[in-house]
Amino acid sequence: MDYFIELFFSGLSRGAIYALIALGYTMVYGIIGLINFAHGEIYMIGAFTSFTVATILTILGLPLLAIIVLTGIAAVVWSASYGYTIEKIAYKPLRHAPRLSALISAIGMSMFLQNYVLLAQTSDFLPFPTLIPDFAFMEPIAHIVGSTDLVILITTTVSMIFLMVLIKYTRIGKAMRATAQDRTMAMLVGINVNRVISATFVIGSSMAAIGGLLIASHIGQINFYIGFLAGIKAFTAAVLGGIGSIPGAVLGSVVLGLTESFATGYVSSDYEDVFAFSLLVLILIFKPSGLLGKADTQKV
Amino acid sequence: MSVKLNKKIAAVAAGFLMTVALPGAGLTADTIKIGVAGPHSGDLASYGLPTVNAAKIIADKINASGGINGKMVELLIEDTVCKPEIATNTATKLVSDGAQMILGGICSGATKAALPIYLDAGLLVISPSATNPPLTQSGDYPNFFRTIAPDDAQAQLDVDFAIETMGYTKIAVIHDKGDYGKGFAEFAKQFIEASGKAEVVLFEGVTPGQVDYSAVVQKVKQSGAETVIFGGYHPEASKIITMMKKKRLDATFISDDGVKDQTFVKVAQENAEGAYASGPKDTSNNPLAQQAVQEHKDMFGTDPGAFFENAYSAMLAMTSAAANADSTDLAALKKALQTVPVETPLGSITFDEKGDAIGVGFSVYQVQNGEWVELK
Repeated sequence: MDYFIELFFSGLSRGAIYALIALGYTMVYGIIGLINFAHGEIYMIGAFTSFTVATILTILGLPLLAIIVLTGIAAVVWSASYGYTIEKIAYKPLRHAPRLSALISAIGMSMFLQNYVLLAQTSDFLPFPTLIPDFAFMEPIAHIVGSTDLVILITTTVSMIFLMVLIKYTRIGKAMRATAQDRTMAMLVGINVNRVISATFVIGSSMAAIGGLLIASHIGQINFYIGFLAGIKAFTAAVLGGIGSIPGAVLGSVVLGLTESFATGYVSSDYEDVFAFSLLVLILIFKPSGLLGKADTQKV
Repeated sequence: MSVKLNKKIAAVAAGFLMTVALPGAGLTADTIKIGVAGPHSGDLASYGLPTVNAAKIIADKINASGGINGKMVELLIEDTVCKPEIATNTATKLVSDGAQMILGGICSGATKAALPIYLDAGLLVISPSATNPPLTQSGDYPNFFRTIAPDDAQAQLDVDFAIETMGYTKIAVIHDKGDYGKGFAEFAKQFIEASGKAEVVLFEGVTPGQVDYSAVVQKVKQSGAETVIFGGYHPEASKIITMMKKKRLDATFISDDGVKDQTFVKVAQENAEGAYASGPKDTSNNPLAQQAVQEHKDMFGTDPGAFFENAYSAMLAMTSAAANADSTDLAALKKALQTVPVETPLGSITFDEKGDAIGVGFSVYQVQNGEWVELK
């Protein structure tokens, strides 16, 4: 039973990280119908920003809590500005072009950012400072749920609640939902659609930055390439949950994380990805719009 | 009629080829072009760049003293990023640029992909670091030599260390699914089973670059293994060992020379402490090795990196074979490599029938206070 719980929490914290990234995919898709392939890179840039800021602050000798908070803020601001800029440079000029053009532009942006970080920073793996200490009260169960797992789960939950409130009750949230439903109509009733789209990129990128910070302090290393696989997995999770649906992205991520963890634990980690993607195929066969996605009726 | 026409065309074509080919022959007479192929960018660049430095040092030395029998050495340096699909392009480029010998192939997978192209072109290839056993043992690549012992020698050493020295009876074997890591892991498994003194409680592959490895670490814990033998490179190794410490798993960690790199210690930080890995024997008492390191410091201002001495030795073996054979013809070079011993930083070496260096081996190292220390 212990083993089951251990695997459960391993899967849950992995799912939580996927969820933070998957939200960006699903929100952008919901609003402009674009798969933002550069989103995994935003996560990577969040991790790199955290690395730089945390290292500098550690040298300055600030208290740990201050370092974590300032690093988090810096990562969010920096990644959000990347998200904002990417949208303006790579997607906005293509908004009325065929979907395929924007998709290619997204893939190009992803490669550009990877190589940019490779050249501007380093190709090496970098050791990430230990930002989350081992809490004494966690020690008895540290072999099941580590302190970093706990922080990941709490932070993700708080971020999700914040996002839900934002979408449900704020002005910008309402504007986002309206734009997602019908962009032309939203424009007609006076919603500044450009601003809504920018806001979506900023929020999605902020979430990815938090994910970058958390996973980097969890595994203790970063590299320019970490965004690729994480991005693909998060995208899979978003599709699994129903792309365009925010609760769907969270559910899809948790399901994906747990599947991978249990597949590793009870079958073999050789087949981790086989199980994850078989699950995706199965769900898409029986529910093509994903777990919580709305079936899209085509008007003829 | 058509036959005659074809003959005419063939004759014209042959004549044309001769006029084109002649100046080429004239050019190659005064230089010997050595291709240097390896990862010079990307996450495994730290394994490839020291070889480039070694090649530059020796090429400069040879050219300063009048070349190989009067012929200057010219280096053609090309990046493979350690990816098989890129390595084949690199190989084709080096062949068409007129390389006559190849130093490199750093990673086994990329080297294996490129070898048939070099073989077709009749080029000698000496790798400082590709340890995949079939590269020499299969006999498929008679043009391939290496100045490092193959993986099975390493796996045997690691298994002996785990079973005989440490007395472990339950061993988990993990690999990164790559040619190098999986090859090493399979040999380790085979040797553990053959010993009859220990059992393999877990044999798993992990996906490189995966977000985290906590599930597989939990599985190791569940298996009751006393040690983990890992086949692969340092990025995965440092993630796994960090996660082992995080999940309070106190099994030890034994790995291969893909991990025995200072980057592993730098990235895993205090979690690396106590980890074991096999790597080429410490040659720092060899005066030639000391000289090679000094030359690197003089030329580049830093200490050399991974496989530098192997690369230095490979380059020495290659150039002295070319001098002894007075040709870059494959058969002549092979004969020279197999019969004339060369003094290198790794000791005095010749090569066996299959292309493995005789007198090159491994030791077990442990991370102690942030440094790899050779265990006697």
